[in-house]
Amino acid sequence: MSDRHSTKEYLPGTHPDLPPPVRTTGPIAWARINLLSSPLNILLTILSIGILYLIIPGVVDWVFVNAVWDATDRKDCWAQMDTARDGACWAFIKDSFQLFLYGWYPESERWRPNLCFLLFLLAVVGVLKEKMPGKRKYWLWFAVVFPFLAAWLLLGGLGLPPVSTKQFGGILLTLIIGVAGVAFSLPIGILLALGRRSKLPALRTICVLFIEFIRGVPLITLLFVASTMLTYFLPPGSTFDLLMRVLIMVTLFASAYIAEVVRGGLQGLSSGQYEAADSLGLTYWRAHQLIILPQALKISIPGIINTFIGTYKDSTLVIIIGMLDILGLGRARLNDADWLGLAPELYVFIALFFFICCFSMARYSVSLEKRLETDHRR
Amino acid sequence: MTTARAKSNNRLLRIWRHQESRAVIIQIVTMAVVAALIALIARNVVINLAAIGKEFSFGFLSWPAAYDITFSPFIEYTNQSTHLRAAAVGILNTLLVAFCGIVLASILGFTLGILRLSNNWLINRIAYVFVEFVRNVPILIHILAFYSLIVVILPKPKNSKVFFNESFFLSNRGFYVPSPVFESGATIVGVIFIVAVVAALLFRRWARGVQNQTGKIYPVFWISSAIVIGATGIAFLATGMPLSWDVPVLKGFNFKGGMALKPEFLALWIALSYYTACFIAEIVRAGILAVSHGQTEAANAMGLRPNRTLQLIVIPQALRVIVPPLCSQYLNLTKNSSLAIAIGYMDITATIGGISLMQTGKEMETMIIVMGFYLVISLIISAFMNWFNQRIKMTER
Repeated sequence: MSDRHSTKEYLPGTHPDLPPPVRTTGPIAWARINLLSSPLNILLTILSIGILYLIIPGVVDWVFVNAVWDATDRKDCWAQMDTARDGACWAFIKDSFQLFLYGWYPESERWRPNLCFLLFLLAVVGVLKEKMPGKRKYWLWFAVVFPFLAAWLLLGGLGLPPVSTKQFGGILLTLIIGVAGVAFSLPIGILLALGRRSKLPALRTICVLFIEFIRGVPLITLLFVASTMLTYFLPPGSTFDLLMRVLIMVTLFASAYIAEVVRGGLQGLSSGQYEAADSLGLTYWRAHQLIILPQALKISIPGIINTFIGTYKDSTLVIIIGMLDILGLGRARLNDADWLGLAPELYVFIALFFFICCFSMARYSVSLEKRLETDHRR
Repeated sequence: MTTARAKSNNRLLRIWRHQESRAVIIQIVTMAVVAALIALIARNVVINLAAIGKEFSFGFLSWPAAYDITFSPFIEYTNQSTHLRAAAVGILNTLLVAFCGIVLASILGFTLGILRLSNNWLINRIAYVFVEFVRNVPILIHILAFYSLIVVILPKPKNSKVFFNESFFLSNRGFYVPSPVFESGATIVGVIFIVAVVAALLFRRWARGVQNQTGKIYPVFWISSAIVIGATGIAFLATGMPLSWDVPVLKGFNFKGGMALKPEFLALWIALSYYTACFIAEIVRAGILAVSHGQTEAANAMGLRPNRTLQLIVIPQALRVIVPPLCSQYLNLTKNSSLAIAIGYMDITATIGGISLMQTGKEMETMIIVMGFYLVISLIISAFMNWFNQRIKMTER
């Protein structure tokens, strides 16, 4: 007589809970619901497993299994593999890594970009994280001062040996263009959005014309303007650093897009908010500072971060006017006799770099949206 | 004495505090500043141009361009042609890649968007990883990487990959496909095709009228496809099949005949398409999710079949959310096509904004042409978007 067949009597309601049926919980049920719920789904599942089987082993082999991490040049790389070009030659990236990071920034001065990067992280964390030691106001001021501090550190002067912007390159340059574009475009964009919503026709027209013009042309044409003809617009004899001209153009470009995002946020507010501010006797600026902008900016956070990501990605376009950011420098390295034609390795590395930066920004935007959610939504 | 000054101060203050007069003052000041800025720039331009002996004129457009454009599928171009003609080639090439890109990006984007909504976990995840990876890497890297993939990885023409009975060839010189050759009688088929399409449209209108009157539903899709395909097919057979294919043949180091999709065009087209498709996928997904489940349930309660529900209830409401951002993606694709210059596809930015600029030194004139072109395109696409928005706007009482 096995235990299963033992008939034990229970009073009503005292029987211990039975485990749920196997078919409704656990991995089998999960697979039934998510992978095999209908004939079409079964077909799709088989198809996608097939695709993954075709792609993943090859990629893993190339990236990890057959890859060579230490070599003196391309030929050495191929020699270390069973069959030449069977895997990635990461030695190329390793060999060029310092160059990719700093460009031609003088070696003895590289503590300056490093310090800058640390301060940048500090500023970002200080602004984004709510629970920081010290008053929040000071952190915000630090973030406002940071770009100027960074400019002094990187360019030198006032006690530091000066470094020409022609020596900037690689990830350093990418970060400079991306961060400056992002940092300066937000305030300008907000002002443009307010201008576009203004009741004053002259102000509004100017803002609309500016925004629509910038949004109507590709960034690359603006960069051409910066590189070839901006000097015509300046007083005769004055020269202007190319990096500075590019920064101005990237900032203007991003600010037009930010303006449209913020305008969307402003339009999303009910007119009751404006009326409430008016009835409290607040002036235009006080009303915007205390009531309108906090709400409008909150609505527009996803859009603003999307624009930031776009600006950061667009910073690669500067290679077309001959600046050597990470992409430009990498492509220049491809012509190096030692590392001729290692394009796949280079592009995978750069794509990964941008992916990590942009994807983390996107994930942060999602989490911020959730945190700021004050609707009582169920 | 002091009271008089206080009084005049007071008056100025009162003017400043008066809303309307302040508005006027602010606007006048803004206009003055902007006008002064423009005047200053104009003055600088005149002085600077005079200093280096350049003059502002579009006369250079009639000079011979003296550079080659390898890809000009629509109009004749040699290096003796004028800059104006180079600009026309550039514009047509931009429009070509933008049009092809929009078509492919839409197909890919809608497919990816629907895959992202699939309840099959594996498909859903694959689509998610693909979309996120592509979206977060700059388009320029996609274009350059794809281009080097074609040029470096694909074999030479001699060993090219062959598809479909030796008529399609894929090599590092591009993708060679047979080109259609129309013989006499092809025009008749074309005319009949157009007539059939018109007839199908008329039938559709009539069927809708009947449905509104009586509630009787015709299988409109099947009947109109039958009209178009049937009529065109019969005409094609009756005129003795006036169509043949010019198949590319390997001669020496490259192919002769057929139609060539050059590596530059292929790389730009495909990279632009899948990059934009990933943005479209998110738009489509959001649009379909925006239609609340109550709508589908209501349709089911009214006894509509699933495909009618999709067609009459879900898609029209989703389109309202999808179309505006979709249009701006199309616009982005068109503007991103200017990155052609990075791989040497001769679009408007590469011809007039690139080589012509370098050769003639007419920075200002060439940039005005290029920017003007993109502005016109933007205006046209936004005008279309506004028109479409008006058309599908919810009619509220």
